[in-house]
Amino acid sequence: MKKSLGSSMMLMIVVLSMVIAGCSSNKESGSSSSPSEGSTEDTIKVGILHSLSGTMAISEVSVKDSELLAIEEINAAGGVLGKKIVPVVEDGASDWPTFAEKAKKLLQQDKVATVFGGWTSSSRKAMLPVFEELNGLLWYPVQYEGLESSPNIFYTGATTNQQIVPSVTWLLENRGKKFFLLGSDYVFPQTANKIIKAQLAAEGGELVGEEYTPLGYTDYSTVISKIKAAKPDVVYNTLNGDSNVAFFKQLKDAGITTSDLTTLSVSVAEEEIRGIGTDVLVGHLAAWNYYQTTDTPANKKFVEAYKAKYGADRVTADPIEAGYIAVYLWAAAVEKAGSTDVDKVREAAKGIEFDAPEGKVTIDGETQHIYKKVLIGEVQADGMFKELYSTPEPVKPDPYLKGYAWAKGLSNG
Amino acid sequence: MSVIMLQLFNGVSVSSILLLIALGLAITFGLMKVINMAHGEFIMIGAYSTYVIQQAFTSNVSKAGFDYYFMFAIPFAFLVAFIIGLILEVSLIRFLYGRPLDSLLATWGVGLILQQLARNIFGAPNVAVISPEWLNGGWEIVAGTVLPYKRLFIIGLVAFCLICMYFYIYRSDAGRRMRAVMQNREMASCLGISTRRVDMMTFAIGSGIAGVAGCALTLLGSIGPSIGTYYIVDAFMVVVLGGVGKLIGTVIGAFGIGLTGAYLEYWTTASLGKVIVFAGIMAFLQWKPMGLVTMRSRSLD
Repeated sequence: MKKSLGSSMMLMIVVLSMVIAGCSSNKESGSSSSPSEGSTEDTIKVGILHSLSGTMAISEVSVKDSELLAIEEINAAGGVLGKKIVPVVEDGASDWPTFAEKAKKLLQQDKVATVFGGWTSSSRKAMLPVFEELNGLLWYPVQYEGLESSPNIFYTGATTNQQIVPSVTWLLENRGKKFFLLGSDYVFPQTANKIIKAQLAAEGGELVGEEYTPLGYTDYSTVISKIKAAKPDVVYNTLNGDSNVAFFKQLKDAGITTSDLTTLSVSVAEEEIRGIGTDVLVGHLAAWNYYQTTDTPANKKFVEAYKAKYGADRVTADPIEAGYIAVYLWAAAVEKAGSTDVDKVREAAKGIEFDAPEGKVTIDGETQHIYKKVLIGEVQADGMFKELYSTPEPVKPDPYLKGYAWAKGLSNG
Repeated sequence: MSVIMLQLFNGVSVSSILLLIALGLAITFGLMKVINMAHGEFIMIGAYSTYVIQQAFTSNVSKAGFDYYFMFAIPFAFLVAFIIGLILEVSLIRFLYGRPLDSLLATWGVGLILQQLARNIFGAPNVAVISPEWLNGGWEIVAGTVLPYKRLFIIGLVAFCLICMYFYIYRSDAGRRMRAVMQNREMASCLGISTRRVDMMTFAIGSGIAGVAGCALTLLGSIGPSIGTYYIVDAFMVVVLGGVGKLIGTVIGAFGIGLTGAYLEYWTTASLGKVIVFAGIMAFLQWKPMGLVTMRSRSLD
């Protein structure tokens, strides 16, 4: 008796949580009046699909904000093909199946022309089959682990040869040969570290330790003991999310300073620095393609507009900028194609150039990634980056690392 | 050798944090049998209270005075979590006594509401709490082995909370009434104890302790709307392993998990260490389903 009561309760919980999830989705999509029709004569609908709740909301809410800013600016300048862009905002809720489901909803029910969205590789991989099946178009704004390309996705963040590979080379030349790899236990860090290990072997580096911690891990005392025992020159940090806060706070407490050890992070940008506290991060390094301090006229305008719209205390960061330029690149491609048809836009997007806040970017038609400059910066006391190194020219995207002899065999396993 | 000693310290430190996050739950879940899924959110409330106090000190107090904000933050975090716990008990939990599965569902929903509330008030990104100057650095016992002051401070804070709880539950009149109600509600009620008042106080105290835990955790980790979710599973693990109803069980449970976890993580990896600890707990609960320390009572069927 008691047991059956228990299982029926569990069933109720499952049903209820589905109901709750359903309700919240209806609320989010209220920005358009009639959801069944797509773009009309004077409007074009686009989807924005980020986690606005759950653990990833920390990062993704700001990207949604910058995408809305870009849409607003384009509309103020007359729209695309003379039509206004109408965003349909959906919440992926930090849950990968929800991303796939909402992507389907945007494409089938709202009939959006394109979707801007995703952050984690898991969410992208969940959405990819939906976009390929329904021939939709996704603009993905975050640096990722490479080894992927899809005709239905444009990647405006960096692939590995635009962030990780050049930063490892720079560290080997400037900071030392002994590497300790620390990452969260999921797709991106494991794939990234596989690439780094191959590169270290080829370029004369030495791997002295490799550690993965579960996502959301909070106690790094033991990991720090291991780092101390291994005595590396460099800790290459691919931790994601809140774990970075715990790691850097506890690293400082353990008495390790940036003069003993170089750390380079690939997931810590201005936005994260604000949440970690600059006092524990000063002197640590990060590799990106854009900093708020990047000195271009377009960036000055972007930072001003972003702060004016969302508050003077807000900061811009690499993925925020990548989301912003994704909207502009799509709009330029639509103008060139004279249509929002996915196949025509894809064809027209090849070679499109844009004066982005990070500098001039160009869409590479073959891989559907964009040319980007690679920057390495050091955290300053005001929470901004000081640029230590920059590639002279934007780097051609090479998601499968075909241009590197040591990377052979990485892509198929 | 020094590594083994350092891991011993790390293990004790992890145990003290586990104990702190589980202590409040040992009351709300252990004594009151409310499967309190919102426990993590009370930790979050404590963390944000600390942030609020810090902001107030930054704008109103001189640089020298700022260093002492933390001493105000601890009682403030307790108070805020206590009051919200009280409101929750009066408005919701009291209808759910004796219905553990309903309490699971309801408190889980409350947890989601509190998370979203925090997101609306403080924004989705994390906020930063600057540690007071006197907690920075550490005590270097031998060259290369540093015991951070923050961790020593947390161990002290846990010991203090534990002693307070012990005196409250086992040495005060209020605590005696509380134990009486939890062990045999009808009998206690017959003897003239106001069980409503006792329930209210007990739940509020459990929530308040979670607030203190949240305050302490700002020294080591992130402060964001969803931090509660990182600690809730560990807290339940400690209480279930320790056995419900007795404080000493929670203490042994926390140290068991913390110490074995620290050494296992050193010898294997963080993920694998956690898996082994979980597997060990599951095996142990097969052998002793009631946990390490069991309470004998005639009213428990």
